[in-house]
Amino acid sequence: MTELSLVQAVNAALRHAMNEDERVLVLGEDVGIDGGVFRATEGLFKTFGEQRVLDTPLAEASIAGVSIGLAVQGFHPVAEIQFTGFAYVCIDQILNHASRLRARTRGRLTCPMVLRSPAGGGIKAVEHHSESPEAMFAHIPGIKVVMPSSPALAYGLLLAAIRDPDPVVFLEPTRLYRAAREDVLDDGAGMPLGQCLTPRTGRDVTIVAWGAMIKEALEAADQLAAENIEAEVIDVATLKPLDSATILASVERTGRLVIAHEAPMTCGYGAEIAARVAGRAMTSLLAPIERVTGYDTMMPYARMEAQYLPKVGAILAAARRAMAFT
Amino acid sequence: MSGKQLLCVLDRDGKLVGPMPKFAREPAELQRLYRTLVLTRIFDTKAIALQRTGRLGTYASSLGQEAVSVGAAAAMAKNDVLVPSFREHGAQLWRGVTLKELFLYWGGDERGNDFADPREDFPNCVPVASHAPHAVGVALAFRLRGNKRAAVCVFGDGATSKGDVAEALNMAGVWKVPAVFVINNNAWAISVPREKQTAAATLAQKAVAAGIPGEQVDGNDVIAVRAVTERALARARQGLGPTLIEALTYRLCDHTTSDDASRYRDNAEVSGHWPAEPVARLRSFLTNCGHWDKNKEEALLHECSSAVEGAAEEYLATPAQPISSIFDYIYAKIPAELAEQREAAAVQAQSDA
Ligand SMILES: Cc1ncc(C[n+]2csc(CCOP(=O)(O)OP(=O)(O)O)c2C)c(N)n1
Repeated sequence: MTELSLVQAVNAALRHAMNEDERVLVLGEDVGIDGGVFRATEGLFKTFGEQRVLDTPLAEASIAGVSIGLAVQGFHPVAEIQFTGFAYVCIDQILNHASRLRARTRGRLTCPMVLRSPAGGGIKAVEHHSESPEAMFAHIPGIKVVMPSSPALAYGLLLAAIRDPDPVVFLEPTRLYRAAREDVLDDGAGMPLGQCLTPRTGRDVTIVAWGAMIKEALEAADQLAAENIEAEVIDVATLKPLDSATILASVERTGRLVIAHEAPMTCGYGAEIAARVAGRAMTSLLAPIERVTGYDTMMPYARMEAQYLPKVGAILAAARRAMAFT
Repeated sequence: MSGKQLLCVLDRDGKLVGPMPKFAREPAELQRLYRTLVLTRIFDTKAIALQRTGRLGTYASSLGQEAVSVGAAAAMAKNDVLVPSFREHGAQLWRGVTLKELFLYWGGDERGNDFADPREDFPNCVPVASHAPHAVGVALAFRLRGNKRAAVCVFGDGATSKGDVAEALNMAGVWKVPAVFVINNNAWAISVPREKQTAAATLAQKAVAAGIPGEQVDGNDVIAVRAVTERALARARQGLGPTLIEALTYRLCDHTTSDDASRYRDNAEVSGHWPAEPVARLRSFLTNCGHWDKNKEEALLHECSSAVEGAAEEYLATPAQPISSIFDYIYAKIPAELAEQREAAAVQAQSDA
């Protein structure tokens, strides 16, 4: 066991995957000698060399596009997009190509690639560096979308993503990169994609979140406990494919649902979860579904960023509303 | 580049105007090229006829451009990988994609992309230019594995305006990957003529900024196209990196069957280009050399037509796949939520029937 930060866990997973399978390649801007601007690929260049850790020219669409070519030829490229604000040009490649190659060739060509990118706000970065585009990617058939909330999850889920036979978009919550350390066993075990986790159980209200918002969700649950409200916290972890069963089972027990995410509300991924619960567990609901989200605005610059990001208080208030509803 | 002379072996009358490359000294090889040009054209005619009678979807004709397609493909080794846009039927046919597969694809059936033969070739790329980076990835894979293989990517003149092509040429140049980019310059991108597409004097010169060689070739001269692509591929296999080839041809047809080119293009312009078209050009040459005659032509037309007719019938007789098939290839393993949708779709289809 070693105590690792989330970004170190990403690094450990990459190293493990590259050691176990020489088809795994890392490519992106500054991922080589520099080890990536967040150091996620630190040291890989030294160990694996320039044939396996490739500094690309500055061209995000082609980082995704070249990865498709490599993947179709049997490599397992792990492409880094430096910030998700620059991943939007990759949507063409992911949506029009990576996601549908298997289907449109009826399985003849496949695309086992991972597109990694730091995502979300909270580090007072400059504009375009704090985007939360998980819903945009999750809307695309044929890809998988993962957002880990802890070093151990980052390690296990990234390994699973790299070993997955289909394209995976792996969004790393920037604000958790160095926020905390935890013991991570570098055993290459991996964790299954497509499963929600339940970091805290409770019988009164279900709080669903993912990525960085898990921190706020758990803090809210702590405070609710002091009020004798037992909140269950569900970490979605894989947004696509969604493990609705875990969420539905929880809501069937608690009867109350609060969904928290930092992306804007409209067409955010919370809407998908709310719709599924409304459609399948309506009769279990004792209160309206609450959504705690970012606003339908741009992520503001650093000075007001904290006011944009949903805070523990907002989750608490939503949970209390749900509890008080009669 | 702009100063360099356009490579041409046969002039528009099929007269020899340049040195014969080695392959072209074999009459049988020239006849093979000629056969695929003819087959492509007959396929094209049939595809349009099927579309006009509601039995095929929107179709992008390759009339007049067959030599770019066939010439580029003929230069390739069997295990090279073709990364085409949507007008390279000739290249696909040369590579071994079957007529039936082509009909299926244009008829709206994904099984048309599941080529029995060039298993590693890419399917048509409908979004303009976005396949160019794929060719770089494929070529990079070859380089990393030490394969002596190469990727050949074909796109139109319009595609060269997109960032994807600039990015791909740039990356291919930096990494010196074994890729050959062929611009099928048919002078038009739907209604936008080449001179409104770019202020650059040639499209080949787009190679300059990427630090790679760029060449122009007469795209109606299948011998020249093959020769120039062979040279580029040889270079690629020697580890010397990518090449950009601009093949100058002309779109003798509408952009697609949904297009009416008379809205933006003079008929006189089109007729002016007919005398340069590639099929008659090679036929004249072969005939003048005594390697072709009326009987051979008739036999060939008969053979190609019956192959095309047979394939069209097979295509028309192929039943559509069940709706469940749209779920079956989305992921390697179907996720639970999708399995539910698959079941629901099957039930829906049953009740619709
Ligand atoms: C990205 C994108 N934009 C627009 C279109 C619609 N479209 C299809 S073909 C075409 C023109 C392409 O011209 P060119 O690259 O010269 O190829 P050609 O069709 O002439 O072979 C356009 C605009 C498209 N398919 N993809």
